[in-house]
Amino acid sequence: MSMKCDVVVVGAGPGGSMAAKAAAQAGLRVALLEKRQEIGDPVRCAEGVGKRVLSRMVKPEPEWIASEVKGARIYAPDGTSIVMSEDRGGAEVGYVLERKVFDRGLAMEAARAGARVMVKTRAIGLLKKDGVPFGVSAMRIGEPLEIEAPIVIGADGVESKVGRWAGIDTTLKLKDIETCAQFLVTDTRVDDQYCEFFLGNDIAPGGYVWSFPKGEKLANVGLGILGSRSKPGEATRLLKEFVKVHFPNGKVLEMVVGGDPCSGPIESTTADGVMLVGDAARQTDPLTGGGILTAMQAGIIAGEVAAKAISSGDVSREGLKEYEDRWRSDIGKGLARSYEFKEFFVKLTDEDLNQLIGSLKREDIAKMDLRGMLRVLFRLNPRLLWELRHLVV
Amino acid sequence: MLTVNRYKCCYCGACVGVCPTCALELVETFIEVSADCKECGICTKICPVGALEVKA
Repeated sequence: MSMKCDVVVVGAGPGGSMAAKAAAQAGLRVALLEKRQEIGDPVRCAEGVGKRVLSRMVKPEPEWIASEVKGARIYAPDGTSIVMSEDRGGAEVGYVLERKVFDRGLAMEAARAGARVMVKTRAIGLLKKDGVPFGVSAMRIGEPLEIEAPIVIGADGVESKVGRWAGIDTTLKLKDIETCAQFLVTDTRVDDQYCEFFLGNDIAPGGYVWSFPKGEKLANVGLGILGSRSKPGEATRLLKEFVKVHFPNGKVLEMVVGGDPCSGPIESTTADGVMLVGDAARQTDPLTGGGILTAMQAGIIAGEVAAKAISSGDVSREGLKEYEDRWRSDIGKGLARSYEFKEFFVKLTDEDLNQLIGSLKREDIAKMDLRGMLRVLFRLNPRLLWELRHLVV
Repeated sequence: MLTVNRYKCCYCGACVGVCPTCALELVETFIEVSADCKECGICTKICPVGALEVKA
């Protein structure tokens, strides 16, 4: 079996669906492939997003949102905590989504814009002529299918293959992946108002524990640890320990696991006829692990650039350069800065973390943004943060 | 040989992302290991549930 279109998007997560929608809105014939039989399930995500950036891209439907939070509370290893308000507290909190509904909602928007959505359809390689890709070979419900398209958008997640097939090395080093586990916990101890972050080298080496409320004493409680400090099964083992201590009467309703890229921007996300988007392009924020919004932003750009490249007839890497330039200027700089913070953060001892968070205890940070808070941190802890001085000014 | 305990595996695909030889593939709900596997064991370290093991 074979079919033809202008763009084939591999992966119907938020990045892929936004790319498919943007390309379809620009008049292209789009196929959006999802290897699973159900879009959005199982989730591999803590589901937190910033309200403002999300609302700039889509109109959030009420059924996508599990809860709205007031802000973030961050705990030092010694138990000291600080609070950041939602409007300033950084991009990662605001809404806690119901990803299963949200992802399907975005795929539906792509479908309504004209994209053909194909579930249980897995890309297994690129079709190539003289080394240049012209579509994908796929397995659709167990049957081979060739989809010819001048442009392939790889939105195929942490396990991305599209880039590697096109000659882009997206392999993650152990120090550039967080291995994560999460339980959906119901417990009277859940804080329904705040996203909570717990730091400490014992509870989450090179990462953090989170509790993101999903309404009525229900929360995504999870953790990520740095791959280079992990061992087999460690993420799940540490999570069980944390839940036992912090939610002793908690009941676990769901368990999910996943790998979160934290490599910062990679050298190239384009090849002839190919663009990578979202986790596949390692566009996840290396410090927070958040990747929904950056994937959507990059997806929209990729869809728009695909339309231009198709109409100009140049789908070469050079012809797709606008994608590379635009995502790097929109989100790339922030991701690069986050990577430097992450590289610094993972070296901190518990004493360092206690000192940093303790130093903010006496400051009024509730109204500060992340930048402002860093400036205060630097003023109070110049010696500890000396390496980061170029990021603070 | 790299073995995947499919009763433990939660099919998240993290192992696929770190495989230096592109030998792993996540097919919906299971991991496939190809002949390109060099048994380096990198994937076993980051498996969140400990489903991967290099056995002699």
